[in-house]
Parts: sequence; structure tokens; C-alpha cells
Amino acid sequence: MSGLAKTSVARKVVMALSGLFLVLFLLLHVTINLTSVISPDTFNTMSHFMGYNPLVQFLMQPILIAGVIVHFVMGIILEIQNKKARTVRYVKYAGGANAPWVSRNMILTGLVVLAFLGLHFYDFWIHEMNYKFVQANPEDPTRYYAETVEKFEPMWRTLIYVVSFVLLALHLWHGFASSFQSMGINNKYSSGIRSFTRLYAIVVPLLFIFIALYHHLNPITH
Amino acid sequence: MKLLLKIWRQKDGSSKGKLVDYPIDHIEGDMSFLEMLDVLNQELIEKGDEPVVFDHDCREGICGTCSLMINGEPHGPDRLITTCQLHMRRFNDGDTIVIEPFRATAFPVLKDLMVDRSAFDRIQQAGGYISVNTSGNTVDANAIPIDKHHADESFEAASCIGCGACVAACKNASAMLFTAAKVSQFALLPQGKVEAIDRVQNMVRQMDLEGFGNCTNTGACEVECPKGISLENIARMNREYLMATVKG
Repeated sequence: MSGLAKTSVARKVVMALSGLFLVLFLLLHVTINLTSVISPDTFNTMSHFMGYNPLVQFLMQPILIAGVIVHFVMGIILEIQNKKARTVRYVKYAGGANAPWVSRNMILTGLVVLAFLGLHFYDFWIHEMNYKFVQANPEDPTRYYAETVEKFEPMWRTLIYVVSFVLLALHLWHGFASSFQSMGINNKYSSGIRSFTRLYAIVVPLLFIFIALYHHLNPITH
Repeated sequence: MKLLLKIWRQKDGSSKGKLVDYPIDHIEGDMSFLEMLDVLNQELIEKGDEPVVFDHDCREGICGTCSLMINGEPHGPDRLITTCQLHMRRFNDGDTIVIEPFRATAFPVLKDLMVDRSAFDRIQQAGGYISVNTSGNTVDANAIPIDKHHADESFEAASCIGCGACVAACKNASAMLFTAAKVSQFALLPQGKVEAIDRVQNMVRQMDLEGFGNCTNTGACEVECPKGISLENIARMNREYLMATVKG
């Protein structure tokens, strides 16, 4: 993949564009998830649309998966190159004196979010593929709400989701505004972009956490 | 003032180095950091030991030669100064000070605290210039009107002294701030626009070839730069690079 972006500047642009695409997707994701708290019927309708619309399934979904893969593979490539750029470490390095923790630990927060994505794919995407294509079950536009709420019944899974969203917030806190810098945008709007980044990095993960906790605390009684 | 210095000693580029303890006494607050090392070296010479090798030249903050990592920060704990401008009054009696060379694969250690920063020269040679015929009919640079805003921004970028603190501070050992400053000082002037596409592409390519890391926008370089070169220059270089890719 590093062949696609041959220089450090180009690789950072790829990182920025894929990151911004995922930021936009998060907004769509949290909006749909919020309907599960407000109106189960709307959540079922929207989920069924996302699950069966050919445009979503065969165009948007592959683009999304490609976006995730490009972002994390490029992130790992960049990290390997960065480690090679200083093979002998400092005995004393005051990283905290000149840069915030979040900006210095994007690989850590990113890898936690990636690990979470593994669980998330197992929980929902693989389940969905199995339901639709392996078991070849008929369409059931009413199943999504119950399946989602059921996922949040165990405390361990809810906790993993909450912790992962905190790490996502930290990742967004630096990454969102940073992507504009990587694309060469640093001007009079940059302080506004940084403020919006902080708002986004707090509100969106907080909404995800709220939804997870809400369903954990309000299970469907059988 | 009594101090304990922990100084990186390394015989040459192929040897393994280590921190060596040097207790030192009678250090005055008015001494510069380099003068303090001069005192230490004098003591070492008198004892028959090998003095500590470190880079220095102008000792007034303009040449960019001094290059020490002091307690984990390039040029020490103060901002907008070089090591030679750091004074011992910044430290307290009894302090331990860890002194290491700037560390990057592209800045190999030559001996003790001295590193080879010729990678910066090669980046500069790859495009950090304008081609002007100097054979007798040189056009006066002031003959081309330049608005003050751009002239000032260009001057600020040109104030980079190439010391390498940006690389030393960056967790990725990235040279983006240096390269961006050198790209920017020309990109902002009409004289620099003629070769803009080749300049940014060649300088970025050379920067990568030297083995520097990638910029992750932590901003450590900007904070530690003794000349206050800002991250705006990196954004400008990124823009220049993207434009060069589209046009080139």
C-alpha cells in the first residue's frame, strides 16, 4: 500500500482522507443508533434499509470496509517507518513537555479501536452475513432492535464498548483536526476546526456510550 | 552550584555508547550551558581524561551548530533558544542533568554528543535554492515588488537555522518542519515560484530518502524550535506538494 503513496506527504494525505471519511461515517452510524433509543420501529426500518438496499450493500459497504483497511494499514506502515527513523531511543525523553498525550499515542488508541472493530464486526456484521447468506433466512424487518438490545445484555460487552468509545474519543481529539493540517489546511479557520473537533470528539463517542448503557440498563423482558 | 551530569559517551559511530556520571561543582548561574561543559572538559583534560565532544560554533544562537538533548528536550527546558543561549541559572543546586545527542537514524552519532546532520544539507541541495544567472547581469531582487505580508512570512521561514531540534523533539524523528521552512521561504516569493513544483517534490523525496520519520502533527517541533518556525509551514509544504502532484 505504501507504493500507492510514495512519499511521506502523500501517505499522510491518504491517512487524512480515509480518517475524514470514517469521521463522516461515524456521524451516520450514531444517528441511526440513536433511533434505537427514540423509536425501535424507526431503528428497524433504517437497519433493514441499510441491510438490504443494494446500493448500501454492494457499493457503500465495500467502500467503508476499504476505508477502514486503508486507514489502519497505512497507520501501521507509518508507525513502522517512524520507529525505523529512531532506532536508538533516548534514555530521557520529555515527550509530555512539548506535545499532548493524545497526539503522541494515536497508534495506541487506534489499535484499541481496531481491536474493538474486530468484536463489533463479529457481533453485527458476521452475524448479519451468516443470517442472510449462510443460513439464507428470509427478510425480517422487525428483528434488528431486539438483536441489538440483546447484544448489550452482558456487562462485559457493554464495558468493552464504553472503554473503546473513550479511546475513540481520544483518537478523534487529535486525528480529526490533524487531518486538515496533513492536507495543507492551516489558516484562519483552523481554530474553528480545532473547536469543532473537540466538540465532535466528545459528543459522538458520548452518544455511542449513552446508547450502549441505555440498552444495557433497559433489556427486553422475555 | 553543584550538579550531577549524566553525559552520553560514545567512542565513534560504530561503538555502543552509554551514560557516564560526571559530578561537577562551582558552576555559576551566569554561565551558559556550553561554558559549563567547557569547565567540565577543562577538568577532564587536567585529569588526563578525554574531553566530551559536542558541537558548537557561534555561541550566540544564530549558527544552529549546538545540538544537545538536555533532560529529554532539545536545547533544554527553555523556549525559543539554542543550547548556547541556555544559562545555568535555569537549574538548581543538586540537580541531575541528562545530556544526550540528538537522536535519529538520519543523524548518526559521530562521537559523544556530536551527530552528523549533513542529511539537512542534502535536502537543501535537492531544491532549497533559486536558479539565478550570476554571470554579470544579475537582476536586483528588490526590482520585483513583494507585499510585506508575504515578505515577512518568507523571512520567518528563512530564520530556520537548521539545528535539527525539530527532528530531535519529534517522536517520529521527522524532518518536516525543517524541510517545510526551506520550501516555504521560496514558495512565498515570486522568485521561488518558477521552480516550485520540482523544489517541493525533490526536497520531500530527499527527506524521505534520508530516513526521517513521518509527521503526525504532534506539534513538538514547533514548541522546541529555537526560531519559532510554525506548523503553518508544514501545511504550506503539504499544499505545495499536492499542487505539484496535480500540476506536475
